Amino acid sequence: MDRLVFLLSSGLARGAVLALFALSLVIVWRSARVVNFAQAAMAITAVYAAFAITAASGSYWLGLLGALAAGALLGALVERGPLRFVRGDDPLSGMIIAIGLVMVLQAGLAMAFGPEHRPMRAPFPERPLMIGEIPVLSPYEVFVLIVAAAVMCALALLFGKTPLGLKLRAAAFAPETSRLLGVRVPRMVTIGWMLSVATAALAALLLVPTELGLNPHAADLLFVDAFAVAVVGGLDSPVGALAAGLIIGILDSLVTGYATAAAAPLAVLVLLTGVLLVRPRGLFAAADRRTG
Amino acid sequence: MTIPSTPDAVPRLEISGLGVAFGGLTVLDDVSFTVGRGETVALIGPNGAGKTTVFNAVCGLVRPHAGGVRINGRPAPASATRLPSAGVSRTLQGLGLFERMTVLENVLVPLSGTRGDHTAEARAILARLGLTALAERPAGALPYPERKRVALARALVTAPDLLLLDEPAGGLGAADIDALAGTVAEVAASGCSVLVVEHHVDFVMGVADRIVVLDFGRVIACGTPGEVRGDPAVEAAYLGLGAAS
Ligand SMILES: Nc1ncnc2c1ncn2[C@@H]1O[C@H](COP(=O)(O)OP(=O)(O)O)[C@@H](O)[C@H]1O
Ligand SMILES: [Mg+2]
Repeated sequence: MDRLVFLLSSGLARGAVLALFALSLVIVWRSARVVNFAQAAMAITAVYAAFAITAASGSYWLGLLGALAAGALLGALVERGPLRFVRGDDPLSGMIIAIGLVMVLQAGLAMAFGPEHRPMRAPFPERPLMIGEIPVLSPYEVFVLIVAAAVMCALALLFGKTPLGLKLRAAAFAPETSRLLGVRVPRMVTIGWMLSVATAALAALLLVPTELGLNPHAADLLFVDAFAVAVVGGLDSPVGALAAGLIIGILDSLVTGYATAAAAPLAVLVLLTGVLLVRPRGLFAAADRRTG
Repeated sequence: MTIPSTPDAVPRLEISGLGVAFGGLTVLDDVSFTVGRGETVALIGPNGAGKTTVFNAVCGLVRPHAGGVRINGRPAPASATRLPSAGVSRTLQGLGLFERMTVLENVLVPLSGTRGDHTAEARAILARLGLTALAERPAGALPYPERKRVALARALVTAPDLLLLDEPAGGLGAADIDALAGTVAEVAASGCSVLVVEHHVDFVMGVADRIVVLDFGRVIACGTPGEVRGDPAVEAAYLGLGAAS
């Protein structure tokens, strides 16, 4: 029983990070119709920026802001740079650019910072708090949950309640019609990329202290899991990303705890396959499609 | 009464010598006509005549290889995005609504480029078209005639001075077409120029000051409804089809 509570609660924290990263994939999918295979490399590049800022200033919080800013900047640069030249009906060329970008970024980071794992301190203790005899969340996990929830609420408000969000949604679902209504669609695509990579950078920043440390490949597995989350939830669905993120985070934690860590990716794969067989467009996919 | 910034002699929309081709296929050939201030012009012709393509050329969605489009005496914006700021609104031949957004959100999209809260303007246009009760419903969930009205509301909310309507009566029943004709007449009376593509003959005859007839990408007739109705070339190409069958 104690173990179950512990596994559930730490699964929740991991699920929140997964959901956040999956949400970043959903955002870029909705605004640009690409699965950004470079998302992990771009996010971890932004985390290196945060690492450098924290090292120089001594402040975790400045580093956090730096990760967001670096993520947004990187998103804009990639979208305005290489990806502008492959816009079109061919998803393959975008994918190839992304793979090239992964190699360039990860090799660049290894050359600049070295390939080793650099320890990154969490701003709060990582030992679980005890409720009676039962270990539950650590203060850092509580922090992660709060930040993830706050960012998701902020994004929901931005997309749902602001004129910018209205334009982002309009441009995502009917670019041609939106143009006729005065929406600057290319600008919305850029903003979508900025929001997406900033969100991914934050997720990676939250993850790194709980893993081996900072390394050019530190977010690779996060990407794989988050991609599964996004597909299970429905690439078009922010709510799906949240729900599937929590489900997979908890599944991962339970399998790791009761069986072995090696079995966790397998369990995720089984879930992914099952969902794809039953609902190929994801659990929360909407019925309508994007139009011209 | 505000003083017009351009003299009355300058038409609101001037299409001159317009030529459009897709690949080797000529879709528009030397199309010329004007729409004056507060005037309602109907653009009619058989399916595939090129009517929607005229709209697309006005909106900067297709590049003509010959001729050009002037709005209020100035060349039409090269980018569709600048149409609303040039005072132009257009409805699409289909519906073109954002199905997952609410009715109110659909109508807010064209206003979202300028600062401030535009909810009051949006609600006013919804009220005018009898859509107030549906404001918070997703557009995709409404019956077809209501969705058609949402599309019209979205075009009117920016208070355009040139309104392009592509088959606004398509799929509507008699009562809805009458209401639409009423709205178009009101809009025109307020000084807005209207260019409307429509197959519904009674609607066209009722709202249009002038009719331009297009066939195979060429203007084959142009005149008042009375003049066009009697034109033998038009009867052969278009109206005659209905009369003969
Ligand atoms: N983007 C396009 N590419 C190729 N052909 C087109 C395109 N748009 C329209 N056409 C062709 O141009 C002709 C006129 O089309 P359209 O302007 O839609 O006609 P209408 O609106 O009068 O029914 C048709 O033969 C149509 O197939
Ligand atoms: Mg048409």
